[in-house]
This record gives sequence, structure tokens and C-alpha cells, in this order.
Amino acid sequence: MKRKYFAIPYAVWMLVLIIAPMILIMMYAFTGQADGAFTLDNIKEALNPVYMKVLLRSLELAVISTVICLFLGYPIAYFLSRMPARRAAILSMLFIVPMWMNFLLRTYAWMNILDTNGLINQLLVALDLGRVKLMNTQGAVVVGMVYNYLPFMILPIYNILQKMPKESIEAAQDLGSTDRQVFTKVVFPLSIPGVISGITMVFIPTITTFAISRLLGGSQFMLYGDLIENQFLSVGQANGGWHVGAALSFIMMVLVFICMAIANHFDKGEENGGTMI
Amino acid sequence: MAQHLIELVDISKDFDGEEALKNINLYIRDGEFLTLLGPSGCGKTTMLRIIAGFEAPSSGKVFIDGKDVTNVPAYKRKVNTVFQKYALFPHLNVSDNVAFGLKLRKIEKSKIEKKVHEMLEMVELQGFETRSVEALSGGQQQRVAIARALANEPEVLLLDEPLGALDLKLRKEMQLELKRMQQQLGITFIYVTHDQEEALTMSDTIVVMRKGVIQQIGTPIDIYNEPKNAYVADFIGESNILPGVMVEDYFVEFSGKGFNCVDKGFTPNEAVDVVIRPEDIKIVPPSDGTLSGVVSSVVFMGVHYEMQIDTGEHTFLVHSTSKAEEGVHVGLSFFPDDIHIMRKDVEE
Repeated sequence: MKRKYFAIPYAVWMLVLIIAPMILIMMYAFTGQADGAFTLDNIKEALNPVYMKVLLRSLELAVISTVICLFLGYPIAYFLSRMPARRAAILSMLFIVPMWMNFLLRTYAWMNILDTNGLINQLLVALDLGRVKLMNTQGAVVVGMVYNYLPFMILPIYNILQKMPKESIEAAQDLGSTDRQVFTKVVFPLSIPGVISGITMVFIPTITTFAISRLLGGSQFMLYGDLIENQFLSVGQANGGWHVGAALSFIMMVLVFICMAIANHFDKGEENGGTMI
Repeated sequence: MAQHLIELVDISKDFDGEEALKNINLYIRDGEFLTLLGPSGCGKTTMLRIIAGFEAPSSGKVFIDGKDVTNVPAYKRKVNTVFQKYALFPHLNVSDNVAFGLKLRKIEKSKIEKKVHEMLEMVELQGFETRSVEALSGGQQQRVAIARALANEPEVLLLDEPLGALDLKLRKEMQLELKRMQQQLGITFIYVTHDQEEALTMSDTIVVMRKGVIQQIGTPIDIYNEPKNAYVADFIGESNILPGVMVEDYFVEFSGKGFNCVDKGFTPNEAVDVVIRPEDIKIVPPSDGTLSGVVSSVVFMGVHYEMQIDTGEHTFLVHSTSKAEEGVHVGLSFFPDDIHIMRKDVEE
């Protein structure tokens, strides 16, 4: 009976660091700067076409990055899961170790690689192929996001593939499936919960990211996260930036919830996935 | 040759230097119910997996229908397997599980439906078509696994301890049902189990295995009544196994006495194992017995009493429907043909 008291620190944590900030965001989003009265002006402002364009661009980049992560991550996870456990453990460390480094540091490293005088261009010049503009492009942002979030795609898929009983595969072969059919009819369908959680774990951070876009994309690749940051830090409280920023955050939250609902719908009835919410 | 549906020729298999099977030679007749029987680790499952194509033998050849299939992958073999843990596909419902193999073969939809219906009827799961397999009980999952394997109309059905996870009553029911299905379909069943009773009830032929070597092949009656060595005798049912000496043909010494028996062909004074089944020993008044001893324990087993009788030289296990009281001095009697003489196992 007394066990329930163990949950108190967690409840306090939730209250102070999750519930309270959310209430604050709602409050700022739906009140005016001048009088503090209820208003929809901030939401209207946040929905204006300039901001919506940024939202669409964020969505586009997040989708592109997630799709690339999936197409790179699934085969990697698949081959890892087919390896002897020891070798797979060593190899998966290679994917995990970079995650121990600060992600800004990793992103700065990419700046050095992609720069006009960076590693790749030096190589191109050395080979007499001429310079290419790599930094401050959409490609650079996508590369940065894929690099940073790929492990989040690989790990849940690897996890589920690795736990998949050998008998399921043998049963499929036994009933006449070629290797390809084993994959399409059994392995892939059974790995969907892992795919869904991989997508969730990549899509949500990429849609809300702000530093990667600014470091690798330059000013013209402002994403929604940058926009929110901008409202809070540059426009500032005095000019109503907190209110519009909160409204933008609110719209993002709604969007993320919709995405999650769609993801969970596909994940229905599966218990092994470990989705984020 | 046509009679021999499956032939294993000189099959050996080792896993990282550990020998799981040693020079196995075995043929399996069309339409028979054959059981591979032995304790865990005896190689019976490995043998099944080699027939199914999940495992390649280290040496030797596998023939099905007279064709060498040693290097033919599992999906091209006309055998299907019922797995120990059922291995149903959790993302598919009951009828999609059963239809799995049929759909791969691009069969007409109406024919698939008919076949699925027929199969579910055979395993008595009509009305379960759209249920999730995860919502079924162990026994029901087992039936789906059997229906799924049989839907492919295999020439041979391989069953890897399929009843191991079921409770005793259900297991007995399924044993009879499997036997019925096998007779109804007329196809070959190869059944792996460590349960000797299961093997005796269901099989046409039993193959007793130990440490990767076949010990004896025969009908249940042969194996029970004429076990080839002490190991088989001990594994198939309970036995009294005593050290003895074959003095000459038809005469053996054990427990300090000489007995007439029906065996011959041993070298004079060869050390042998003597096996007497507990139900072949009769309890008689001490003066009428060939041996005598004191009853040291009595356990009621349902149909019979299991008694231990200590003769001083050896403690005999006796099964009898009549009870002798503990501590009483009794005589033991048996016929010459109840004394089974076995050559000492060289390996031991």
C-alpha cells in the first residue's frame, strides 16, 4: 500500500517540469501581451503564411530525414540482427558511441567536412574536380539530421529484429517461402512496431530541431524550431514574442500529437514496440 | 526403393566439434508413423531439422522420394513441420496462418478458402477463422500449427515434441487425435519426443536414440519386449537391470543364483546385463520363489502397486495389482522368457 509514495518524486517532477510548462505555454498562447485577457490573436499571428511556410519546410525536411534514416537504418539493423551476438554488440557500439558526444560538437564536425574549404572540397580540388557548394544547402541540413538521428532509427528496429524468434522464420521457410518472401511476409510485418518507434524517435526531434538547421543551413534555412527560438530570444517578452512563440509551440504540439496518433494507429495491438508515448 | 519415402545415408552432424549425430542410417516407409525417441541432447531434433532442411548434415546424404535433397533448401521440400513452440505468425489471424503456405503457391482464392475450412474442421477449430492466434490457448495454438502444416498437403509431416507444453489430459487427447489424422490422411509422420509412453501409444516404428547414435529400431512391441540393450530397456518403461554372467547357452547367473533362460550365442562366462520388467515378476510365498526378499516400500500407483523388494543382493522393482505389506518376507518368481539378456554396452 505504502508503495504508492515511491511515485511522489516522479509526480512532482512531472508537475514541475512537464505539466506546469505546458500550462504556461497554453497561457501565453491564449492571452494578450497588453491586458493578459483571453485572445486568439497569437494563434492567428502564428498561422500567418510566412510562418506556415516555415512549418511546411520543417515538415518536409523532417519527412525527408526520417525516410532516409529508415532506408539506411533498416538494412543496418537487419544485418546487425543476423550477426553473431558478439560481433553485433561491437558494431552497434560504433553507432552508439557518437551519441555520447554532444550533438553540437558532432554538427560542428560536419561544418568542417562540408565547408567550402572543408574536407570534401579539399579532396575534390586535389582531384581537380572543382569546388562544390555544400554548406548552407538543404542537403547539408538533411545530412546533419540523418547523421544525428540515425542511431534512434537503428536501435529500436535492431531490438525487435533481434528478439524475433528463429522459429517464425523457419516456419515461413518450411511453408514454402523463399528468402524474399520470408522477409516481406513475416520479418517485415513483425518488425513494424520497431519501425514505428524508430520513425517516432527520428521524426519528432527532426521536426522541432533548431541548431542543426542554423549551423549547417545558414540563415535561409530557418526551421520551425528556429522560429520559436527567435520569438522567445530575439523578439523577446517586451514585444510580445513570448506570446507568439507559445502559440507557435502550441501549433507544433498539436501537429506532433496528430503524428503520434497516426503512428499509434498503425502500431495498434502490438506490445513489443516501445513507442515514445 | 519406392517404399522408402525418406532415406538417411551415413548422416553425421557436428556443431563446433561436438558430434550431434554419428553415422545415422535410417529409412522411413511411406505412410508410417515413426517416432524418434530419446532424452534431450540425443540428436533427435537435429535429425528432424536435417530432414526438414533447416540444418545441413556435416556428411552423408538425405533422400526424399529417391531424390537426393541434401542441398535442397527447406522451402522446396515436400515436408512440413509442426514446431515445438508452435511458431504461429502473431501478425496473422487463424485462417491467414493456415492459408500462409497456400497463398505463397498462388492458388485460387476460393480453393484456399475451402482448404482452410477443411483443415480447421479437421482440427476442430471451426468458427475461429478471424481470431487472433495470440488469444488462443496452448492446445488451440497447437491445432492451428497442425492445420497450417497439413494445409500444404505435405508427403511428410515432421512434429518436434508438439505436445510438450500441454497438460497431461490434453496431451493424451491430442495423441489419439494425431494418430487419427495420420491414419485418415495416410501420410508419413515423423514425431520427435522424449516421452516413451507417447512413443509407444502412437508409433508404427520407434527409433531409440542416445548421444547421436541409433540404439534400436522396431515396432513398439518389439522395443518393449525385446530391448536390444540395457539402455533401451531402461528408457522404455521401468526395468530391473542387474549385472550377470552368461555361463553357457540358455543359462545365466545373477543375484547369486543360476537361472534357465531363452538366450544364446554369448561367449561362455560373458558378463551381461540382465533385464526383468517389474510387471513380469510375481510375488509368491517365500518357499515358492526362485528368489526371496523383504518388501522395503509400497507405493499405490492407481492401477497397480509399485513395490521395492530387497533380496540382499539387489532391490527389485515389482509392479503388481495385489499388495504385499511392507516388511513382509516374500518370494519372487519369473519365467525363463521374462529374463532378457543384453550385451554390456561397450561405451559404458
